[in-house]
This record gives sequence, C-alpha cells and structure tokens, in this order.
Amino acid sequence: MNLDAIAAIATEYPERQSAILPALRLAQEEHGGWLPPEAIREVADALDLAPAQVEAVASFYDMLHLAPVGKHMVEVCTNLSCALVGAQQVLQAFEEQLGVAPGETSEDGRFTLRAIECAGGCGRAVVVVVDERYREPVRPEDVPGIVEELKRGD
Amino acid sequence: MAIRELTLAHAGERDLSKLAEYQAIGGYKALAKARKMKPEAVVEQLLASNLRGRGGAGFPMGRKASFLAKGTGKPTYLCVNADESEPGTFKDREIMLLNPHRLIEGCLVTAHAIESQNVFIYLRGEYLDVFEVMRRALEDARKAGLMGDVTIVLHRGAGAYICGEESALLESLEGKRGQPRPRPPFPAVSGLYGSPTLINNVQTIATVPVIVEKGGEWYAKIGPEPSPGTVVFSLSGNVERPGNYELLLGSGLRELIYDLGGGIPDGRELKAIIPGGSSTTVMTPDQLDTDLDFNSVAEAGSQLGAAAVIVIDDRACMVQLALRSTQFYMHESCGKCTPCREGTRWMVQLLQKLEDGRAEQSELDLLLSVCDRVLGKCLCALGDFAAGPVVEYVRNFRDEFQRHIDEGGCPFGGESSLEGTFAPVDQHTHAPVAEVPA
Ligand SMILES: Cc1cc2nc3c(=O)[nH]c(=O)nc-3n(C[C@H](O)[C@H](O)[C@H](O)COP(=O)(O)O)c2cc1C
Ligand code: SF4
Ligand code: FES
Repeated sequence: MNLDAIAAIATEYPERQSAILPALRLAQEEHGGWLPPEAIREVADALDLAPAQVEAVASFYDMLHLAPVGKHMVEVCTNLSCALVGAQQVLQAFEEQLGVAPGETSEDGRFTLRAIECAGGCGRAVVVVVDERYREPVRPEDVPGIVEELKRGD
Repeated sequence: MAIRELTLAHAGERDLSKLAEYQAIGGYKALAKARKMKPEAVVEQLLASNLRGRGGAGFPMGRKASFLAKGTGKPTYLCVNADESEPGTFKDREIMLLNPHRLIEGCLVTAHAIESQNVFIYLRGEYLDVFEVMRRALEDARKAGLMGDVTIVLHRGAGAYICGEESALLESLEGKRGQPRPRPPFPAVSGLYGSPTLINNVQTIATVPVIVEKGGEWYAKIGPEPSPGTVVFSLSGNVERPGNYELLLGSGLRELIYDLGGGIPDGRELKAIIPGGSSTTVMTPDQLDTDLDFNSVAEAGSQLGAAAVIVIDDRACMVQLALRSTQFYMHESCGKCTPCREGTRWMVQLLQKLEDGRAEQSELDLLLSVCDRVLGKCLCALGDFAAGPVVEYVRNFRDEFQRHIDEGGCPFGGESSLEGTFAPVDQHTHAPVAEVPA
C-alpha cells in the first residue's frame, strides 16, 4: 500500500479526513478492484483514523466495492434517457454474451456486469461503461464486438 | 431560435482544452481584468448580471456570494459542484471536456471576488475523462502562472447522487458519508470545515468570466429579464438529434425539440416532456409553446431544474416510467430521514404493483397519499424530487394508471419501450431498511 501517496494526497486538504475518498480509490486499485478488510485498515492507519470510520465511508459509495469484482467491469446505464432508446436490449445482450446476470460476476472472475444509474451521457444513449471508460452510444449489435475485444485483450 | 454560445463559445471549432487556444479566443482576459478590480466590485457585477444558478434551484449567484460571512477569522472556501448526476443531465461534463479553462478562469475570478484562496471542484467520480482533461488544464494554468495565490483541488466523488446536494457535498468533501446537513446554518456562514463557503454549479462558475468581461448590465439584458443569459440544454430521449444546445433562456420548448432536435424519430407521436431532469415534473404536448426560462416553466407548472429536456414518445408506458424514475430516488436516498427513506421505497412498491396489475383501486390513492407525506417533509430536496414527479405522472396520465388496475396488467402488453427496464436496486448500500408493507 502506497503510504507516501496517501500522505501526499492528505496535504492537499485542510483536514486529513478529506483524503479518505482518494485514499480508498487508490487502495481499491492496488487490491484488484475491491476493498478487502486489510485495505480498509491500511487506509485507516495511513490517515490515523479508526477502521470503522473508513468502512462507514466506503460502504456509502457505489464506486467503492466491499466484495470482489471481476477483472473487467461492464456497466450499462438503465436510467430514463437510455431506457427510452433500448438500454434493456443492450443489457440483455451483455447478459447473453457474458453469461451473467446484472450484479453478478462470471465464474472465471473475468467479468462483472452491472446496471447503473444515469452516467451523464444521455445525449449519446445507450451509455455503457467498460472499466471506467465510456462507450457511447452502444446498440445491442455492438455488444458481441465489445465482449470479443475484452476477451482478446486478456 | 438562436443558438447563443457563451459558455461553449468556439468550442466547436477549436480545441479549447489547450491553454494557448483558449487564450487565443481571449481566455483569461476576464481574470486579468477582475484582478485589477476590488473584490466587492466584482461581486457588484455578479449582482447586476442577475445570473441565476444553473445547478437546479436558480438562486441568484451574486446574492449568494454577498451572503458570505465576513471577518470570521476563518478562510472562505469556494466549492464547485461538478457532481452532475441528475438523470437527463450531461451539460457540465461537456463544458468541462470542451472548455476546461473557462471553468478554471471562472473559479479564479470568483475566488478573487469572495477573497478565497482555496477552491475545491467536487467532480463526479465516474467522470474519468473529465478528470483527465481538467487535471491537465489545471497543470497548464499553474505552469503559466495564472493561479496567483489560489489553489484548486480536483476532488473526485465515488458514486452517490446525493453528493450533488450542497450540504451532502460538503460532508463528502470532509471525508464522511454524503448525508445532507440540517440548515441553518447555511454554507455561507458555516460550510466546509465550519467556514464560510460558496457553492455553485459548474455552468454558473463558467459563466462568470463573460460577465466580468462584458459587464453585469450587459449580461442582464440578454434573454428574459427575470432569468437572463444562456443555458446549455441537454436534450435526450426519443428525439432525432439529442445533445447539448446552448441557447438563450426563454427559447421555445417546441423549437428545441423540433427545429434543433429534429423532432420525434420513426414517425412516432410526442407523449410527454420532462423539462429539467427526472426530478422535475412532467409536461404534456399541449405545453410545447412554453418558453424555457425559470419563470415560464414554473408558470406552466413544472421546473426548469438543470435544463435537461427528456423527450418521451407514445411507446412509453408512464407507469413504467414513473417506476423506473422512482427506483432511482429510492436507492439514492441517503437514508437520513424517514419520509424519504421509507416513502420512496413504499412508492416503488406501489408503482410496481400497479405495473404488474396487482394493485387495487385504493392503492392508487395510497400512492398519492404517500407522496403527500413526503412532499415538503424532508431534510433535503431529494424527497420532493421523488414525490413531486409521481404526483404529476398520475395527474397527467390518470387514465393510463387506471387501465393498469382495470385491465389487471400493463395495457401496453409488453410492447412499451420501457418494458423490462432494470434498476440497479440491490447494489446500493446507502439506506439499509426493512421491507415496508405495501
Ligand atoms: C438531491 C440533490 C442533488 C443535486 N445535485 C446537483 C448536482 O449534481 N449539481 C449541481 O450543480 N447541483 C445539484 N443540486 C443543487 C445543489 O444543492 C445546489 O443548489 C447547487 O449546486 C447550487 O449551485 P448554483 O446556485 O450555481 O445552481 C442538487 C440538489 C439536490 C437536492
Ligand atoms: S430527503 Fe432523502 S436524501 Fe435528503 S436527507 Fe432525507 S433521506 Fe437523505
Ligand atoms: S440516462 Fe443513461 S446516461 Fe443518462
């Protein structure tokens, strides 16, 4: 765990507790995309806070994961603007191609599929986010190509 | 209808994310001008401009700046609300991607006006592309010596709609769960770390440079008097050419949807319009001649909100739409107060029953009664954001709701464009609550 990096982040803020979110983000990156208990403890130690305090914060935010996730995260926006132009069909195409239901991780641990709320790309719906990168717009027929690309890259 | 680009001026032709390009169109001149003025004189210009906040509530920015407590011995903070997450909105993202220096210049001018040395930009956690663009732009501005004695910290959120609410944003920035604070005290008196704090939306701050450059009086004269200036309208849904359009306030809803947006695709009929993001109440095609400014939309019974116009065609079942929208508010509820936490959940359960054709007549009344118990009874506006629209979906589309009861199921028979919509309900951990009997 990169204690120096966390210490450097903390200096940007008047109070070190403000560094919890950036520190958790860093910890999550270093722990394979999720926050195991030791990651929470490390952040708490680095910022001199109680682990319970750090966990309380971590459990509030959707982008922080307290359970393991797949190597790739595929997220489909299903809020109104995307739903009106076919988000359901895109999500379904990913379910079929990846063989997992939304909210689940494939057995080989390679893919987590999630439905997400409005991603801020409604003008280019349907928005799909793959490993934090936006793909917009995505049609159901684009899905096999995206999955193929991810599998090839591994 | 005039496209009038102030915030996005030249962003179509040039790569304004490059400092030199931004300077080539006169960028950072307003900053130089402002720094030669007394801080109070800059606030005077903001007051004269009558610039109203672009984050949803439309509060005059100059007035908010003038409320800031003085002589407290504490630092004054500026927080930019870049948490954009209201369903239907995507303007701040585009402003920051295409014109990051406009926001930075706005931050520096505003910081000068309120005598602040510390600016925090609370950036929506999902906006990785924006983060990269803004980080580079900030670095360039720093190297060019534009920052003076001001530091701007780009703080990334981590996925929570409620952190766009200003007091929740402050809590989150302090490293806590993003739950709203009771007010008073207001942030202008006791905000970030208990210090006087000004919080404004990205677009509000990005509009400040042009006001300083051309003068508050000039700005006050463009567009309708009670809400002058331009707004970036986010157009989405069932429309031929969705996207962001920067227009004078007071532009016509019909022109936006039909002239700029190209109308409804596939020969379908317009059924409903949500004018300001999903927290604003639905409008119907007979209201197409409404002008898009704060007061006119309010007179039409809705809200301009964040100017995110969602177009809905006749394939959509309005019960499904109300359900999907309410599911969002249910799991973005932070859980702090009971009417919102339990009320949104109850609303979802009743709407689901209606959609499934399992609801009894009395449950439609119950739905409205639950909304009534949420409206105006919550700690922050999220409760109203959830309940207000549901009341109007029912009022404007009562027949459609009624048919779900009478026919024991969805009258669209699986053919609605929203059939099978899937909400990410169980992935959120904001508000662990027990089942509510519905
Ligand atoms: C639930 C909720 C979410 C909000 N989300 C945002 C947001 O994402 N961006 C924003 O600028 N304002 C948002 N607001 C409004 C802010 O509380 C605040 O009024 C605004 O940032 C003030 O800036 P302005 O005066 O420049 O509009 C939200 C309000 C509520 C109640
Ligand atoms: S209204 Fe909802 S989101 Fe706002 S404080 Fe109460 S529970 Fe939290
Ligand atoms: S509704 Fe999908 S990005 Fe906004």
